[in-house]
Amino acid sequence: MSLLATQRLDVSIAGLRVCGDLTLEVEPGQCWGMLGRNGVGKTTLLHTLAGIRPPDGGVVTFRGTPLSLLSRRRIAQGMAILFQEHDDSFPSTVLETALVGRHPHLDPWQWEGVEDIRIARDALREMDITHMERRWISTLSGGERRRLEIAAVLTQAPALMLLDEPINHLDLHHQIAVLDTLTRRCQRNGTTLLMTLHDINLTARYCDWLLLLFGDGEVRWGPTSEVLTEENLTRLYHHPIHMVQGAARRVYYPD
Amino acid sequence: MAYHQPAIIAGRRVLLALLVIAPASILFALFTGSVTIPWHAPWQVLAPGSGGLYHSLIYELRLPRALCAFAVGGLLAVAGALMQVLLRNPLADPYILGVSGGAAVGALLTMAAGAAGAAVGGGAFSGALVSILLVFVLARRRGNWTTMGLLLTGVVVAAGWGAVISFLLAVSPASSLHGMLFWLMGDLSDSNRPGIAAAALIVGLAAALPVARHLNVLSRGEYHAAAVGVSTLPLQLYIYLLASGLTAAAVTLAGSIGFIGLITPHLLRLIMGNDQRTLLPASALLGGSLLVLADTLARTVMAPQQLPVGILTAFIGVPVFLYLLNHNRA
Repeated sequence: MSLLATQRLDVSIAGLRVCGDLTLEVEPGQCWGMLGRNGVGKTTLLHTLAGIRPPDGGVVTFRGTPLSLLSRRRIAQGMAILFQEHDDSFPSTVLETALVGRHPHLDPWQWEGVEDIRIARDALREMDITHMERRWISTLSGGERRRLEIAAVLTQAPALMLLDEPINHLDLHHQIAVLDTLTRRCQRNGTTLLMTLHDINLTARYCDWLLLLFGDGEVRWGPTSEVLTEENLTRLYHHPIHMVQGAARRVYYPD
Repeated sequence: MAYHQPAIIAGRRVLLALLVIAPASILFALFTGSVTIPWHAPWQVLAPGSGGLYHSLIYELRLPRALCAFAVGGLLAVAGALMQVLLRNPLADPYILGVSGGAAVGALLTMAAGAAGAAVGGGAFSGALVSILLVFVLARRRGNWTTMGLLLTGVVVAAGWGAVISFLLAVSPASSLHGMLFWLMGDLSDSNRPGIAAAALIVGLAAALPVARHLNVLSRGEYHAAAVGVSTLPLQLYIYLLASGLTAAAVTLAGSIGFIGLITPHLLRLIMGNDQRTLLPASALLGGSLLVLADTLARTVMAPQQLPVGILTAFIGVPVFLYLLNHNRA
C-alpha cells in the first residue's frame, strides 16, 4: 500500500488550476522533489496533501485511508509539514519550540517527559543548533530559525515529511548538511520526503522522484532520471536551461 | 536576556511565588482601610467568634470585597490570556471583541431605567451575551471563520457599543451620570457576593486547563497547530466562547475594569514564557492579587472618598509594566 496517494486530485487557488485529475503514489522511503515557478501552487498542493486544505476534487489517502476520515491528531502522528512562514508573536525558547513536535504523541494531560526531550535534543543536534536550546527564538538568525523549524518536524518523528522550501535562508554548508540529514533519514529509517525546492542541482542530487508543476493544472511526475531533462526544465521555468555532464554528476545551468 | 530558564521550571517557580503573594494580598486588604485594624494581634481579630467591631468589619465588609476583587481580577487575567492566544496578538485584552461594550450598554440602560444593584448586573450580563452572539454570528457569516475576521468584527462591534454608550451618557440626567461613570471605569464597592465570582473563576480555569497545551500550539499559528494535530476551528470557537463568558462574568460583577486583563498575562510572559499550562493559573493568581491591591488603594488613598478601581489598575499597572519591559529584555 502506498504511504501517500492521490486519486483524481483537483486543486485550484484563486481561479488558478494547480493540478487536475492528478493520480500519484508515494511509497515509503522515497525522496520526492517538487519543482515549479513562483505562484504555480506548490505550497497549496503541499497543504492539500497534508490535509490542511480541502481538495477541490478527488481524494488524498494516507496509508490507504482518505485524509477526510482521519482526525488531525492521527494525521499528525504519521505526517509532519514544514511551512515557509512562522509566527513568532509570543516568546518561546528553542527547546520548547522543538518540543511542539511531540504534541500529537502526548496524551491530553501528559507533560513532555525525558524521552520527548531526548528526541527533541537529538533533532536539535542533527540541525546543528543544540548549543542554543535555551535561547529565545526571537534572538535566532533566519537560518537558525529555519533549522529549528526543521528540528521540530524531525521531533514529530513522522513517516512522511512534507517540506516547503526547507533550505530557504540556509548558507551553502547548511543547505548540504540539512539535505544530507533528511535524506539519511530516508535511507536509514524509511522516512518519506516530499519537498519543494528552487535549486535544480540540489534537487537532482538528493531527490529520486520528481513532481513538476507546469501551471494550468499540468503536472508531470516520475523518476528524476527520466523527468529532469533540459526540455522539461526549459518549459517548466520559461527559461532556457542546459545540462552538462560533470565528472561526478550532471550540472544544470540557466542561459 | 538572551538565555532563559527551561520554561517549565521558571513557570513552576513563578506559580509557587504567586501562591504566597495571593493570600498576602488578601491579608493586606483585610487590615488596610479607613479604620486601621491593629497588626500586632491579627489572630485575635481574625479568630471566628471573637465578635467586636474589627471582626464584623473584616468578615462582613472587607473579606467579601477582597475575595470578589480577587476573583474578578483572576477572571479578567485568564480571559485576557485566552484572547491573546486566540487572536495571536499580545496586545489583545478581554474587551477587544466588544463584550464589555455590550455589557456597558446593558448596564447603562438598566441604570437609565432607574434600577440599581443586582438589576444592573443582570442588564450587564444580558448585554454581554448579546454582544458575544452578535460577534459570533457576524464573524461566521463571512463563510470561513478566520482570526482576522473575528478581530475586525469584534473591534467594529465594540466601536458601535462605544457610540451607544456615548449616546446614553449624553441623554442621561446628571443625577445618574456619577453611577454610570463609576460603572464604566470599573468599581467594586457594591461587590459583596464573592461566591459567584469565585465559582466562575474555578469553572473557567477548569475549562481552560485541559486545552492548555493545544493553546501553546495555537499561539504559533493555525496552520502550525493543525500540522501537529489540533482541530483548530472547534478549539478557536471554544476559546472565544470561554474567554467571552469569563469576561461577561467579570464585567457583570464589577463593571469594565481596565488593564488587568491586558497586563497580567503579558507581564507573566516576560518572566515565565508562554506555556499556557502554567501561564493560565499564574494569570488567575496574579490578576487576582493585583486587583485586590488596586481595590484596597482605591478605597483608602482618598478616604473617605472611594475611587473607581479601574483608575488605580492603570495607575499601578502602567509604571510596573514599563519598568519590566525595559529591564527584562533589553
